[in-house]
Amino acid sequence: MFSQRFLKIWVGGAILSLLIVCGVAAPLLAPRDPQAQTLEDRLRPPRWLESGSQAYLLGTDNLGRDMLSRIIYGSRISLMVGVATVLFAGLVGCTLGAVAGYFGSTADEVVSKVSEIFLAFPFLLIAIAIMAFLGQGVGNLIMALMLSRWVQYCRVVRGEVLSLKERDFVTAAKALGGRDFYVLFRHVVPNTFASVTVIATFGMAIVIITEASLSFLGLGVPAHIPTWGSMLSEGRSYINRAPWLTIFPGMAIFITVFGINLLGDGLRDVFDPKLRRQR
Amino acid sequence: MNRLVRRTVGAIPVIIGISFLIFLLLHLAPGDPVTLMLGDNATPQDVENLRRELRLDQPILVQYWEFVSRAVRGDFGKSLKFNEPVMKLVAERLPATLELAFASLLVAITIAVPLGVYSAIKHNSLLDHAGMSVALIGVSLPNFWLGIMLIYFLGGQLNLLPVAGRIEYGIEIKTITGLYLLDSLLTGNLTAFWSAFQHLLMPAVTLGSALAAIVTRISRSSVLEVMRQDYVVTARAKGLNEKTVIWRHILRNALITIVTILGLQLGALLSGSVVTETVFSFPGIGDLLIQSISARDYKLTQVLILMFAVTYFVVNLLVDLLYSWIDPRIKF
Repeated sequence: MFSQRFLKIWVGGAILSLLIVCGVAAPLLAPRDPQAQTLEDRLRPPRWLESGSQAYLLGTDNLGRDMLSRIIYGSRISLMVGVATVLFAGLVGCTLGAVAGYFGSTADEVVSKVSEIFLAFPFLLIAIAIMAFLGQGVGNLIMALMLSRWVQYCRVVRGEVLSLKERDFVTAAKALGGRDFYVLFRHVVPNTFASVTVIATFGMAIVIITEASLSFLGLGVPAHIPTWGSMLSEGRSYINRAPWLTIFPGMAIFITVFGINLLGDGLRDVFDPKLRRQR
Repeated sequence: MNRLVRRTVGAIPVIIGISFLIFLLLHLAPGDPVTLMLGDNATPQDVENLRRELRLDQPILVQYWEFVSRAVRGDFGKSLKFNEPVMKLVAERLPATLELAFASLLVAITIAVPLGVYSAIKHNSLLDHAGMSVALIGVSLPNFWLGIMLIYFLGGQLNLLPVAGRIEYGIEIKTITGLYLLDSLLTGNLTAFWSAFQHLLMPAVTLGSALAAIVTRISRSSVLEVMRQDYVVTARAKGLNEKTVIWRHILRNALITIVTILGLQLGALLSGSVVTETVFSFPGIGDLLIQSISARDYKLTQVLILMFAVTYFVVNLLVDLLYSWIDPRIKF
């Protein structure tokens, strides 16, 4: 059972590392400029199919752009949006959750009411609503996703802090003269990191799918930036003539999200003693 | 009863908060919404007229008050794109989304609950591992991609199912509830039923797949949790047969978590319908929302988002009510 648990973390971690490498080293890895159009080579199938070209491993799109290069560059947006959203949403959500849980009273009431309002929206809808009014753009997209995700961290951290603050080590830290904010952020919050890591991992998978969905709907980043979702949306019109335009970007999203979910599953198995008993 | 009243009353400030947030979004939009709606060719006079017509020249709180007071009377104004009352458009499109949501829910429950329960009962078996792997794949599959792939293989390559719309062009259907499957059955129109069923199948599988994956995982863990309870051990110790233990003692108690998750996931179904309806050109509220966003019909967008949010909220309230039916220990 141990090896299987770590296998998930290894495989998931390897896929996530691949995404990071693709995103960071895209200019070095991509065989061509993802925007370069070669109209005479438009809609070329992948190399291994009949009439495929040696020059284009995964074929070309309707404007003769290299699919492999666009997929590699597309990973940058997924990675950037995923990491930035998880960081910002985590920071905002954990801070608010920790303050609400630790201090209680008015702080708790205000945070709980606000999070209730955000929980009343399905998160994809919040993102759609914000993008509809603010318009396309990477910054707007990260903000929209952050606003739709912070509440998950807030609720979990609040719950954990509520129980942690009654523990002996917190009483001891206070008895030694530790001030509230010091005790909270030095002793209490670090104990929530295991749960936060698990939600952050699953959260990143959700954010990547949501970003792709928004780009697919034309509400993500501007059209000239290659993203997996917008590639799928463009390729849809050529589904019967050039299925590779939708198959490859979709597989890129699926493999990435699958890997991150696998990693999340593995981390949860390790961190959650209740699950360990279930197995 | 008290708790139900308390929850309903407690919902009011949340709904007011939601409506205010959505209302604020229109004013947070960069630039002037009226200029955005009319485009670059509009004259200053056109802009001024529309601004006055939409009452955007009033202070924000006045505008919000007018919006709310009209909304409680069911008057949400006119759509700029369609030049028709918003409520009429919603009434025309809502049944399609509801039909899709119910069908997806049915797909999810039919697949997920038996698979999850069986995986738990046979936990750590080959079937359990296979079931959980399928569930992990389902959670990771972007539903719009699944939809496109179904269109390609089942619609394009195998030509088995229609790829867009709600019913074949030319088939007349007498509308009673707006739910085509139900209406065609009520009027005995089997041709329409078959066509509507075929049109619904791929969108429902697309939308239901992610939900099925989540529900499978939750059903499994919830059954595993209940299986360890003392009353299950007692039931076995007093000699009840395994079937009775599973049906009467395990499933009944595990159902509470499953219903909660299904209720919470209905929101995801509603927002997922936006993507699925776009993929299949399915004429529901989600498709209307995307059309209104691309036409910059902010009034319609505002109302549709509000409707989605309120529906989600009401569904969660109804899920709470279902608890007392499933578990008589919970009283309102």
